[in-house]
Amino acid sequence: MRSNFVFQEIWVGLRRNLTMTVALIVVVAISLSLLGTGLLFVKQVDRTRTYWQSNAEISVYLCTANSANPACHGAVTPAQQAQLEQTLTSMPQVEHVTYVSQQQAYALFKQDFANDQAYVSTVKESDMPPSFEVKLRDPEADYNVVASAVTGAPGVDSVIDEMTILNKFYRLLDGARNAVVVVALILIVAAVLLVANTIRLSAFNRRRETGIMRLVGASNFYIQLPFLLEGVIAGLLGWALATGLLVGVKSLLLNNLQQYFSYNVSLSLGDLIEVIVLAMCVGVLLCGVTSFLTLRRYLRV
Amino acid sequence: MINFDNVTKIYPNQNRAALENVDLTVNKGEFVFLVGPSGSGKSTFLRLILKEERPTEGRIHVAGKDLARLSNWKVPHLRRRIGCVFQDFRLLPNKNVYENVAFALEVIGKPRRFIRRVVPEVIDLVGLEGKHDRMPDELSGGEQQRVAMARAFVNRPMILLADEPTGNIDPATSIGIMKVLDRINRTGTTVVMATHDAAIVDSMRKRVIELEYGKVVRDQVRGVYGQAY
Repeated sequence: MRSNFVFQEIWVGLRRNLTMTVALIVVVAISLSLLGTGLLFVKQVDRTRTYWQSNAEISVYLCTANSANPACHGAVTPAQQAQLEQTLTSMPQVEHVTYVSQQQAYALFKQDFANDQAYVSTVKESDMPPSFEVKLRDPEADYNVVASAVTGAPGVDSVIDEMTILNKFYRLLDGARNAVVVVALILIVAAVLLVANTIRLSAFNRRRETGIMRLVGASNFYIQLPFLLEGVIAGLLGWALATGLLVGVKSLLLNNLQQYFSYNVSLSLGDLIEVIVLAMCVGVLLCGVTSFLTLRRYLRV
Repeated sequence: MINFDNVTKIYPNQNRAALENVDLTVNKGEFVFLVGPSGSGKSTFLRLILKEERPTEGRIHVAGKDLARLSNWKVPHLRRRIGCVFQDFRLLPNKNVYENVAFALEVIGKPRRFIRRVVPEVIDLVGLEGKHDRMPDELSGGEQQRVAMARAFVNRPMILLADEPTGNIDPATSIGIMKVLDRINRTGTTVVMATHDAAIVDSMRKRVIELEYGKVVRDQVRGVYGQAY
């Protein structure tokens, strides 16, 4: 195998239709980085979801003296409260139950809205309902069982599952992820067509050379290899660009997102590398396979 | 060396056969002229030998190989034993004489040292000594055809196919081309040359096969171009 001959042919091929090659590299870069962004999103959402699922709790709010709920007849009595705690702790699905008193709730409230004193001043300690924070063993499966056991029980104002709130948030994230993946897939189709076109042009440009190669008995492999590598190299260049973009996406977008939401589930460098390696495989396979199939049509030996 | 056994070739969507029941043998070291009007099947004959086309019927043996049984990936190896020369030379315009000839060896993976030794020999054989660095557009038609012949012969093929090699060349220069072909033939290479050039055929006095409408109408051992009754 005369490797320098092959590389010379590739260089000539890439340079001869420079505009197509540049277009190809850019489209591959964008489609791969979008695909990678989609994958990073998937990972981020999964990571967030497991984090919240393991921490999600059911809040059972108890009646206060001025509850608006007609089921409440004045503040919860100590007997009702003890009965509820007894009910909750005895359920097998419940991991543990924490009582949050009005004082504690007010302290938390003040802490959460520390930068909005005007709002804090309108709320009195007696407005804050006491609650049981119920941690479940399997929040997804057991929510209904536990919630229905205490909903409407005497002294209970309302039952709120954090999962239902979070699910809305997840739906938003899933939607964003799907949109990114769909755009990436459309772009990948465009990339495939561009690869096919580039290789076809290249084969047409060098039909004289390939014709002579055929005639003097060069093997199919030898004739096709420069074209195949041309596609793969363009794919790799596109992937290199995509890697830069993905690092940007990770360090600028996702990291900032995390700071904003202030929960501790950042993606590791390992995750980023995994996505980048996957993008490389997709890029190389995409370009290699498309080139190969195109060549079979346009360089019939 | 080349054996056609009742070969018929009908191209798709055509009623008339391009070749019909052609049955002939060309022996090793022979020099054969293939004559006949345009469309008589000369080119089809040559393409069948290269396995660029498959016969509709009949069997073809080239260099001891049954082409019907030769798998596709072995076709390049068949073509390495067959040299080809065309009317339009088919040189690479961006390569000089030496590079054009060396190209044929490079693409079949011959070592560089071998190429450096063999290419100058062949360039001398076709009578282009000292013109290694010329580009094709700096050469006359006759010289370009000599380069094409050097390229066809550099791998020492067993068979040389020439499709109207003098078609674009004036009669005086053609004689030089024929001398080179004769020289190649004397090294033991079988030469099959399709031509319209009556003067050349008459002067060489070699075997002549005449085709008409795809049929062999004449096969003479020491023939001339025209009918010789």
